[in-house]
Amino acid sequence: MPKRGFSEFAARQRQALSRFWQHYGGLDMFRHIGERTLSIISRLGRATLFLYETIVGMTYLIPRFSLVVQQVFNVGVLTLLIILVSGLFVGMVLALQGYNTLVTFGAEDSLGLVVALTLVRELGPVVTALLFAGRAGSALTAEIGLMKATEQLAGMEMMAVNPIKRVIAPRFLAGVIAMPLLASMFSAVGVFGGHLIGVGLVGLDSGSYWSQMQSGVDFYDDIMNGLMKSVVFGFTVSWIAVFEGYDATPTSEGVSRATNHTVVYSSLAVLALDFILTSLTLGEV
Amino acid sequence: MIPENNNPESVVEIKDLTFRYGSRVIVDKLSLTIPRGKVVAIMGGSGCGKTTLLNLIGGRIKPDSGSLVVDGQSVPDLNKSELFDLRKRMGMLFQTGALLTDLSLFENVAFPIREHTQLPEAILRKVVLMKLERVGLRGAWRLMPSELSGGMARRAALARAIALEPMMIMYDEPFTGLDPISKGVIAKLIKELNQVLGITSIVVSHDVADTCAISDYAYLMGAGRIIGEGLPSEVQQSKSEHVRQFMEGLPDGPVPYQYPAPDYVEDLLTGDAS
Repeated sequence: MPKRGFSEFAARQRQALSRFWQHYGGLDMFRHIGERTLSIISRLGRATLFLYETIVGMTYLIPRFSLVVQQVFNVGVLTLLIILVSGLFVGMVLALQGYNTLVTFGAEDSLGLVVALTLVRELGPVVTALLFAGRAGSALTAEIGLMKATEQLAGMEMMAVNPIKRVIAPRFLAGVIAMPLLASMFSAVGVFGGHLIGVGLVGLDSGSYWSQMQSGVDFYDDIMNGLMKSVVFGFTVSWIAVFEGYDATPTSEGVSRATNHTVVYSSLAVLALDFILTSLTLGEV
Repeated sequence: MIPENNNPESVVEIKDLTFRYGSRVIVDKLSLTIPRGKVVAIMGGSGCGKTTLLNLIGGRIKPDSGSLVVDGQSVPDLNKSELFDLRKRMGMLFQTGALLTDLSLFENVAFPIREHTQLPEAILRKVVLMKLERVGLRGAWRLMPSELSGGMARRAALARAIALEPMMIMYDEPFTGLDPISKGVIAKLIKELNQVLGITSIVVSHDVADTCAISDYAYLMGAGRIIGEGLPSEVQQSKSEHVRQFMEGLPDGPVPYQYPAPDYVEDLLTGDAS
């Protein structure tokens, strides 16, 4: 009997395989790849046109700047707590790890410099952007997606109000404004956290912590560089967030998928852009 | 392009209008006229293209062929700013109300006025309160949309739709999901707005009794086409099998009960559901 059992098993497998091949293999596979590629390209096109319309639509905000201020509160101020707490811990960890390594070279006096440079050039913009995508970006996407699902955007259009100008533009601009401010605060609190550990716990000299930082951190090369990064990240994350919301399928499933996309795409985009920007500014590529 | 059927007696003139979504024909060579100052009902089953028709009239989607003239302007040929100018003269009441959830009731009604006029705050307040009084919600101006019942939300949306004093309002399923009292209130408001302010009204609905009671003329839609028209009483008396099925709510008839499917027995024995 085992022999018959095996041949039956093999026949079933062959059948399953041929069904699989019919579904996914052969020409169908190429069709799927083609469809997917086309849909990605058309989506990128839509996103670009959408960005163009948003930026052009910003003229609408000049007499209505309060709309932007309100959104800066929503995406900026409400994100502040998570940014400050994370900044503090990141700074503290940096100081601990940095001290441990530096002390083996007898260079523990440079701790302030190490902490500050790491924060201002890298961790400040990048970690802030990741947290921003998770906290503010996802909220933006969900809000806009739900406005679409509940016909609020359609209602606005029928009242002769362009939702891209009224809803999208202020949120996008607020994201671009808030990101560098948040990143700066992240770095500032991080430096303070480093001081807490380096001077308070480990017992380094407070004067050398600050003076090394003062002489080693360059305003243009380090601080402006970091700020520029955070502007780019803010632009990218806000763009992804508002587009995903606006382009979401107007159902609960569609909005949840869009929110998910915002966090995933933003995080990947931030990390990839960080690499590109760092290589450009360091002149290695 | 000035359309030839520019008739001051009618607000909307539609001729041979066709709209496809992909390969599916949603609106199929449809022709109808909405006379000025009347309440016109467009009735039909779910998915027969009623809401699509409203979206076409409002210029939210473009037809594939045919002519569509609103207040003397050919809607598919308008550019964005012309279309927005036209939309200021037409209101639309969405099925869900579509109130802006982050604004209070007062701000919702004030929204179109703030966007399109420069009224001083004192006058704006008076105008908004007058609109709210019209729908009986003046006392509720402070409430947020989430605090309103379904019927109140729809009345609030109606107050917003009349904020700019439009010549025409399109009602998308105004009675759906409302209790009898709220239905009565909405029906009364539609009639009153029409009679007192002379607003032309298009009521899209599948609620036969409530809609017929307030309309001057009725169109019956099925599968993207007009399958019956006339005075509401005439339509209700129609002998047409299609009209009868809809009016009496018969489960089977020209509109089949079954979604198109292969033979039942064959399907059970051999069909592959995966």
